[in-house]
Amino acid sequence: MTLDFFFRRSSLLESVSVSMLMGLAVLLVSLSAHAGVIENYQFDSPRQQEQFFRLNEQLRCPQCQNQSIADSNAPVAQDLRRQVHRMIVEEKADDDTVIQFMLDRYGDFVLYKPRMDARTIMLWFGPLILLLLGIFILFRILKEHRPETEVEGLDEQNKAELDKILGGKDK
Amino acid sequence: MKRWKLFLPLAFFLTFCVLLYIGLFMEDKNELPSMLLDKPVPEFSLKKLQQPAETVTEEALKGRILLLNVWGSWCPACKVEHPYLMKLAREGINIVGVNYKDERQGALEWLDRLEDPYLFNIVDKDGRLGLDLGVYGAPETFLIDKHGVIRYKHIGILDDRVWKKDLKPLYDALQKELVQ
Repeated sequence: MTLDFFFRRSSLLESVSVSMLMGLAVLLVSLSAHAGVIENYQFDSPRQQEQFFRLNEQLRCPQCQNQSIADSNAPVAQDLRRQVHRMIVEEKADDDTVIQFMLDRYGDFVLYKPRMDARTIMLWFGPLILLLLGIFILFRILKEHRPETEVEGLDEQNKAELDKILGGKDK
Repeated sequence: MKRWKLFLPLAFFLTFCVLLYIGLFMEDKNELPSMLLDKPVPEFSLKKLQQPAETVTEEALKGRILLLNVWGSWCPACKVEHPYLMKLAREGINIVGVNYKDERQGALEWLDRLEDPYLFNIVDKDGRLGLDLGVYGAPETFLIDKHGVIRYKHIGILDDRVWKKDLKPLYDALQKELVQ
């Protein structure tokens, strides 16, 4: 009886927690659906659409610093997407034109991938330089610690001593 | 191995630490440098808020030193900033508002309920002027010289500290130029 009660209670608990979990899952799914950007843009060609999405991924939202404008729902990201769309569809602008437009207004910050210039040269080549330096140092160390392969020969005096100990010439 | 070589890893480590430390404080994460510094206010042609029949262009910003304040009635920080703008306006500083992505009714009510520190307000409903100005939120304040050139940009609330430290020295210098 007690056992049965226990079981029933636990199954009740289980069903409660299962339904809670399901509710949570539904909530999360609906939340993430809302979090996604829902906007309607018309394009003249699939190529334009592809360009639109590509550019949106490359441009960083000035407001929410760790999102691209494709990800972000911030008002400024919406504006930037609208602007990108307008430039692509109305002006038939290429990628560079759109990116330059954004650079002129928001600076290097809008680019996820920094441009290569004097200030960012270390960013681009630093890792490579460090890697090469590391390999160089590794080889130097390996060389210094390499065990002597040549067995040191005994000089004449040692040989004579050894012979004496062993009691006769080693043949 | 020579002795000094033992210290190489430490030297690398310390160099790295210094670089990281510099990197940490190199940019203020909240403020992007404006690309428009020392450039003229971008072209625009927009309506005035209180006189909807009138159109203003960037020409209207020339001829005097002024603050161009980007605001919206939807923006809580603008409300915090508002009393200080009133103070500046009373001291005789020209402030022009850019009513950024706002509803006309809300904006008018705001100016009615609080006071109006602005010479006039430019209606930027779809945020295109804001985009051209590199605005990414409100409030933002630009210092414009008499040629209509942007001389400074402040992002966030303009308060006494910011005014005295960043804007006033520039403003005074421009004022001096104007007198001479």
